[in-house]
Amino acid sequence: MSAEKTPNPSRRVTLNILRYNPQEAESEPRLQRYALEEADGMTLFIALNELREHQDPTLQFDFVCRAGICGSCAMMVNGRPRLACRTLVADLPSETTLTPLPFFELIGDLSVNTGKWMRGMSERLETWLHARETEPDLGRIEERMQPETAEAIYELDRCIECGCCVAACGTAQMRPDFVGAVGLGKIVRFRADPRDTRDDDDYFELIGDDTGVFGCMSLLACHDVCPKSLPLKTQIAFLRRKMALIA
Amino acid sequence: MSTSALIVQSGLADHLRKSRWPARLDLLQSGTGLILALFMWGHMFFVASILLGETAMWTVTRMFEGYFFFGGARPRLVSCVAAGVLLLFVLHALLALRKFPANYRQYRVLRAHVRAMRHEDSALWIWQVYTGFALFFLASAHLYQMLVWPQNIGPYASADRVWSDGLWPFYLLMLLAVEAHGGIGLYRLAMKWNWPRFSRNFLKKLKWGLTGFFLILGLMTLGAYMKIGFEHQARYGERYRPAELPAWLERLAPEGDFPRRGPKENAS
Ligand code: HEM
Ligand code: SF4
Ligand code: SF4
Ligand code: FES
Repeated sequence: MSAEKTPNPSRRVTLNILRYNPQEAESEPRLQRYALEEADGMTLFIALNELREHQDPTLQFDFVCRAGICGSCAMMVNGRPRLACRTLVADLPSETTLTPLPFFELIGDLSVNTGKWMRGMSERLETWLHARETEPDLGRIEERMQPETAEAIYELDRCIECGCCVAACGTAQMRPDFVGAVGLGKIVRFRADPRDTRDDDDYFELIGDDTGVFGCMSLLACHDVCPKSLPLKTQIAFLRRKMALIA
Repeated sequence: MSTSALIVQSGLADHLRKSRWPARLDLLQSGTGLILALFMWGHMFFVASILLGETAMWTVTRMFEGYFFFGGARPRLVSCVAAGVLLLFVLHALLALRKFPANYRQYRVLRAHVRAMRHEDSALWIWQVYTGFALFFLASAHLYQMLVWPQNIGPYASADRVWSDGLWPFYLLMLLAVEAHGGIGLYRLAMKWNWPRFSRNFLKKLKWGLTGFFLILGLMTLGAYMKIGFEHQARYGERYRPAELPAWLERLAPEGDFPRRGPKENAS
């Protein structure tokens, strides 16, 4: 990221990684130290792969795209959620601690099942288009949309469901049924979509309580950690106003 | 029993239409917090009138007692204001309970989370919880005092309370708690409702600036009362009465309470 921090090729970095396998009865959570040589342009994702290849084949972590698109490599880096594939080792101190995202079901070590939670949240909040006709006429030409509207929806759709916002959220840590910034953001996305027929009364049914928008305490950790820099602060405040107006 | 109450008791509340109350409670939490915080800042200025001298503080006190309007002091008016603030305060505290960590598990995970994240806004919120909890006791005691003994406010009466009654540590704690809590609260209000729409950075700086300003003002004020109380301890209980008022104020004072210096007297 910063130009002056060009990696020192001889730097040794230490990674303290939380190891725990919930599948094994005798496994207990512990920190394991790994040391490795930092290479040019090395991301955390590359570092972890190197550890798995050369030092410890049992180490568990997730990745798919390696380009900040799939959202599967999120983990806590020195206490804060980040995407491993978008984090340069050069930007980290020489000793770094990696722990799994809290809140989500732990698969093992740094691997968590965000997908399962995201799916449950989507079903609960019905985050799909509720169009007028139940049987869409596939032959018909789609209705036109204003470019600004399309742009706004596209902007909100940039969320990659990485779970960083939920892992950063103090409310979610205390109250596991909270839908998180990702859930609230999705409601804003469908509310902005003219093809969706639901009105604010319908959305109130989905998020008008303390598991939804009124549970959010505006601590803004979600906003500060979102790797896609989504304007979560503004979106949640916007939704809060709309939902408060109904009462 | 109403049908809906029976449905709720059966654990089927999710199948009812959603209540509008969470929205109203959220608005009430913000509304009571806003009024309390603005009241607190206004109140700080009135109390700080002691820095302008005993007569200034005396005048402000008498003004709130209606002295200049009703032909005499009516401390009951102060009781009424205290009752109103107490009501807002109880409502606000009740609503705040919804957001407190409800048990040790929640508290422990929140604290560990905030420490590990090193995230300023989350840390500020924890401080709001701590200071809010302290205010449960501090502000209740203070408001009760103002409600029941409203006549005991004045340059000497208040200074005696601070010094001779030994309440200055209490006021010091309350000052720190209320300034921290209200300042953070107002900043969070702006984040929560996205209004006023200044940048977050600016609002954060403004918040620290205002908190610093009111803390300094508060500490100077408390120091002034401690000094007056210390010097006045031998005459504990004696009330302050200005020897004479500036002419414009005297004209407002009730008939006969201060010697009128009409234009004729001044001329002679
Ligand atoms: C018994 C005393 C009090 C307690 C327990 C308390 C507690 C709390 C808590 C926990 C919050 C956070 C609520 C949330 O996150 O939604 C809060 C918010 C707030 N408090 Fe207090 N508080 C007390 C007294 C006061 C006083 C005296 C003031 C005035 C200076 C004040 C001003 C505020 C403001 C402006 C907010 C922000 C409102 C919001 O977040 O919607 N509070 N209070
Ligand atoms: S809102 Fe941001 S942090 Fe949250 S899941 Fe989407 S991309 Fe990740
Ligand atoms: S602003 Fe709301 S959703 Fe975001 S971290 Fe804070 S409480 Fe969670
Ligand atoms: S591997 Fe896909 S976002 Fe990191």
